[in-house]
Amino acid sequence: MSYAATLSGERYMFRDLKHLMGCASPYRSGDALAGLGARSATERVAARYALADLPLTAFLNEALIPYEVDDVTRLIIDTHDRRAFEPISSMTVGMFRDWLLSHEADTRSLTEIARGVTPEMAAAVSKIMRNQDLIAVSRKIEVITKFRNTIGQRTVLASRLQPNHPTDDLRGVAISTLDGLLYGCGDAVIGINPATDNVETGRALLEMLDTLRQTYSIPTQSCVLTHVTNTIEIINQGGPVDLVFQSIAGTQKANEGFGVTLDILAEAQSAAHGLRRGTLGDNVMYFETGQGAALSSDAHHGIDQQTVEARAYAVARAFDPLLVNTVVGFIGPEYLYDGKQIIRAGLEDHFCAKLLGVPMGCDVCYTNHAEADQDDMDALMLLLGTAGVTFLIGVPGADDIMLNYQSLAFSDILTTRSLLGLKLAPEYGAWLEQMGLYDSASGRVLSRSPGETRLAGLIGWQS
Amino acid sequence: MTDPVNQEPPREIDDPWRVMRAATRARIGLGRSGNGQVTRDVLAFQADHARARDAVHTPLDTEALRLGLRPRQALTVTSAAKDRPGFLGRPDLGRRLGIESRECLERGDWDLVFVLGDGLSAQAVSRHGPSLVASCCDGLPGWRIAPPIIALQCRVALGDDIAACLGARMVAVLIGERPGLTVSDSMGVYLTHAPAPGTPDSKRNCLSNIHDHGLSPAEATVKLLWLINEARRLGLTGVELKERTPQAPSELQREEKGRLAP
Repeated sequence: MSYAATLSGERYMFRDLKHLMGCASPYRSGDALAGLGARSATERVAARYALADLPLTAFLNEALIPYEVDDVTRLIIDTHDRRAFEPISSMTVGMFRDWLLSHEADTRSLTEIARGVTPEMAAAVSKIMRNQDLIAVSRKIEVITKFRNTIGQRTVLASRLQPNHPTDDLRGVAISTLDGLLYGCGDAVIGINPATDNVETGRALLEMLDTLRQTYSIPTQSCVLTHVTNTIEIINQGGPVDLVFQSIAGTQKANEGFGVTLDILAEAQSAAHGLRRGTLGDNVMYFETGQGAALSSDAHHGIDQQTVEARAYAVARAFDPLLVNTVVGFIGPEYLYDGKQIIRAGLEDHFCAKLLGVPMGCDVCYTNHAEADQDDMDALMLLLGTAGVTFLIGVPGADDIMLNYQSLAFSDILTTRSLLGLKLAPEYGAWLEQMGLYDSASGRVLSRSPGETRLAGLIGWQS
Repeated sequence: MTDPVNQEPPREIDDPWRVMRAATRARIGLGRSGNGQVTRDVLAFQADHARARDAVHTPLDTEALRLGLRPRQALTVTSAAKDRPGFLGRPDLGRRLGIESRECLERGDWDLVFVLGDGLSAQAVSRHGPSLVASCCDGLPGWRIAPPIIALQCRVALGDDIAACLGARMVAVLIGERPGLTVSDSMGVYLTHAPAPGTPDSKRNCLSNIHDHGLSPAEATVKLLWLINEARRLGLTGVELKERTPQAPSELQREEKGRLAP
């Protein structure tokens, strides 16, 4: 089926739904690389007019990737909740935007429709929303998840402590972990990207984090972000796995590029549930996503990168994750060229995920070959903080010495919390206060040198 | 005036983090101004970012690399990306050979070919590539190893195209990783069995962070030789080939980072 709109006296035709979606998307380098997207600024807006007039039901009638060839499409269609969809079923995409922004669309009603929204509907409406719209709607949505603490409340900004080390040196990792704990970082997870896929190394890192957590009774969870098949193997060996990690994408072929299928994810989730390590809840999965992943493995099926990214959230949603985050600026300038594109993409990813009911965080980041710097990251972290992002990632001094890119510093997360009046996960805040590192009355993480806290014992520090 | 970039930032003598900095190059124990960072640390970060940006754009010295690879006679090829902006903006071009380069590669009967690509840091492969190629060739007696290929504007998958042109049954691509603030000359190695254009990244094994403060070329040699031999024995590379080099406790290794592919 084709679509059309007339603008400035010219008739613009769009040959099918994915062509229309691609043309309506804000300009970004990845879509240009794929030969998608509007050929002119006017065509882009014409596509948005046509998209705004499209009934939401169109997305249930025309699959962007055929049902027969893609298991993510099958997942989206087979799990679509008609009853949840009912309140918005007669809306066009434009009406949907207006309703999302309305005062009637409150936290409760947005939660009720989540399972009725498909990724394509979320992507479509995001394309006719400005940045402030994406923020305003996201902020109303609350997705709460639990493992050893509670995150996702509207007053909470959690953080992942990312203590990566280029040689997986246990002492080096422990020192960066201590640094982050002194800033009150790590309530979402203490999560290491290992430099190696070696199973024994992954297990050694997990055992160190688990010992640390138990020694100091830290109400948080740990994760080594290795391939899901490695984590299954570590579980089978009896290793202390809290969360199962996997990078995922929005098409079956892209997931195959990551060496993963929906069945493998289900197997891993079931194995982690079997360990019963969560004390407050059983959200055991942790996923990372990012625009451009599908195109980079030539698995995008001619769909624009923002729409195919949103499809990854349907995959995430199916496994009740504790945490999901977009690694928005990590992939490089061929997909998101500069600070402007990275900021827009971060807000889109967060909005689409939250609309689907996914606990979305963000690695606010960029690489050294992108046209971006820390000023852009300041902007994105504060915008996402305002939008109610579930968690942000912090690394020592914003410099990841293993993955060779820049994220946020632990201090940036303190700044975001203090400017926006956000708090730590409650159980974690209480623990931090007990440790003498946090003052809940002022909401300040106290400045302590390692010798002034018994946490320093974790690296053998003697005061 | 001294160059502030080359100067250790002045830190207090009793800085409690001083000892710990010997174990990691992470930016630990930074000063705090309120919730923010102190001037010294903010400027040091900006200086390192500037250096990394410059590393991305410095071209590969092919003549020096060719000399470093002797007595092996290296060939130089260029991907379909002709220059740096083309390379950065069009990863697809960096994954296939330019027309002229394709014509200069002759088909042969090779077990393995080493490709040395500039990637995102030409310094990396210039500094660490030649010694790794030499030690691996020494460790593979009886193998038919093709002349090393120097590849400009190269992404990992260019190795598939090169290997297919040469008729090589396995390819090891040594390539400059994206520069970080702390290290701008980190090299990665991607090993692919039965390489052909279109090979997914899940069919490769990777060693990364090869540099003076990461995996040493000697350590990388041990791991790469293990992977190469296992790949031939099992007839595959990728997620089904789990790296299990026997390791001493102090010995460190790394492989795929579990993040989105470059």
